[in-house]
Amino acid sequence: MYLYVTTSGLNSFFIETGELANFALRFFKEVFKRPFEFKEFLRQCYNMGNRSLLLVGVTGFIIGLVFTLQSRPKMIELGAVAWLPSMVSISIIREIGPIITALICAGRIGSGIGAELGAMRVTEQIDAMDVSGTNPFKFLVVTRILATTLMIPILVIMSDAVALFGSFLIENFKGDVSFTLYFDEVFRALTYSDLIPSTIKTFFFGFAIGLVGCYKGYYCKHGTAGVGLTANAAVVEASMVVFIIDFASVLITDIFYSI
Amino acid sequence: MINSEVRKKMVIIKDLVKSYGEHRVLNGFNMELYEGETLVIMGKSGSGKSVMIKCLIGLESHDSGTITIMNKNLDKMDADTLNEIRTEVGFLFQGSALYDSMSVRENLEFPLRRHIGKFGELDDATPLVMEALESVGLPQTIELMPEELSGGMKRRIALARTLILKPKIILYDEPTTGLDPITSKEIVLLMKSIQDKYKTSSIVITHDVDCARFIADRMILLIDGINYITGTFAELSKSDDPKVSAFFKT
Ligand SMILES: Nc1ncnc2c1ncn2[C@@H]1O[C@H](COP(=O)(O)OP(=O)(O)OP(=O)(O)O)[C@@H](O)[C@H]1O
Ligand SMILES: [Mg+2]
Repeated sequence: MYLYVTTSGLNSFFIETGELANFALRFFKEVFKRPFEFKEFLRQCYNMGNRSLLLVGVTGFIIGLVFTLQSRPKMIELGAVAWLPSMVSISIIREIGPIITALICAGRIGSGIGAELGAMRVTEQIDAMDVSGTNPFKFLVVTRILATTLMIPILVIMSDAVALFGSFLIENFKGDVSFTLYFDEVFRALTYSDLIPSTIKTFFFGFAIGLVGCYKGYYCKHGTAGVGLTANAAVVEASMVVFIIDFASVLITDIFYSI
Repeated sequence: MINSEVRKKMVIIKDLVKSYGEHRVLNGFNMELYEGETLVIMGKSGSGKSVMIKCLIGLESHDSGTITIMNKNLDKMDADTLNEIRTEVGFLFQGSALYDSMSVRENLEFPLRRHIGKFGELDDATPLVMEALESVGLPQTIELMPEELSGGMKRRIALARTLILKPKIILYDEPTTGLDPITSKEIVLLMKSIQDKYKTSSIVITHDVDCARFIADRMILLIDGINYITGTFAELSKSDDPKVSAFFKT
């Protein structure tokens, strides 16, 4: 019985993964085909940025504040408080900024896409598009995946900047460190090997969030009740994929630099 | 009706079979639609009317049988030809299916974006949009969003969106379901006036006997996955077959 449950769970996991890969393949097939729905792409970028900017900004700021506040006593104890800016910046840029932003966007943007496309599917709006001669996959899916792939890196950069600023405020307040001194330290600590891999992975985060949200919404079933479930599943799966990508990227970077 | 044999056939469906898993919904359905006529298809809920009409427009694939629209075989069509055919075939969805993120104007302009070819270059679609809205009697709604419209208005806007491409064939999936009797009547009158004005051929799926009586040139009852019986409203409503007469009892 338990064995059955686990194997059937595993089965559906593999089926789902296969279908998701198929969906991604279809994206790559259609993304280069005319017509390019440029206007819809811009509209999506604007909407996503607009909807997440405040949330991502506030979260980033608080993370910067809290992270600095909490590490400060320990750093003082170790006599390493001068290293605080470098430590904070490396942690934020390499890991905390990208992952927190991606998770927030999985919740905000991924669920939004899942619910919107899901509702369009069950109310036959996607079919209506098809009938009216517009390829709904191009118009709805391709534009949204491209938009998340572009916007999430931008949101991450913004969140990193705000978090560092928050951290600076604490340092300035508690340690009397000036703006130039703080950011001198930050930029001295950061190398391209911190910046490049962590930026590249944010594009993958964005792609994954868009892909999962669209996949879930595009194949939404079971009427209006299904829309809620779809939005929910989009968040859960997108977050999981984000973690997997994060882990993989760390492994790859590690291998790359140990050669 | 007399010389229906020589009239042009707009749609021919032969031996259409469609299953979902084990469940065989259509089991050899046959149908012909002649130019300029209104064909009503009646059937119980879940009998496969929507499935049939979706196969006809290529939204669902069928298992076997042939569908011919204006002398072109649907199975052998590439995507471009299918899109070309779709400019000639309007589809009114059961639930209106207006795009909720777009205004009425944008909803109506949407089909035009891909079918500009039919009208030549189009700088400003407003005259076409207004014409379509006027033919459904709702020109004042042009800047509203779908959520600001009542169910009956939505249905009419959806009809306007279908009309804007001036299709030769219109498929109506339950145009009056979910509306009160008076609004239903208005929609039916509207369909009739569109029929007269644009000389379209139509397939109307409905449960509504009054609607059928008013609009049908010919009727088909879809029972058990086949075209159970064909005839005019008068013929079918006099039938002794209990399966048929059940539809006309009130
Ligand atoms: N995508 C689908 N997957 C599985 N079964 C389906 C699907 N679409 C329709 N069916 C089944 O096909 C049958 C016919 O459905 P259809 O929507 O055509 O009914 P209908 O005649 O239009 O009914 P109604 O008058 O209620 O609209 C139903 O039993 C339904 O369960
Ligand atoms: Mg139906």
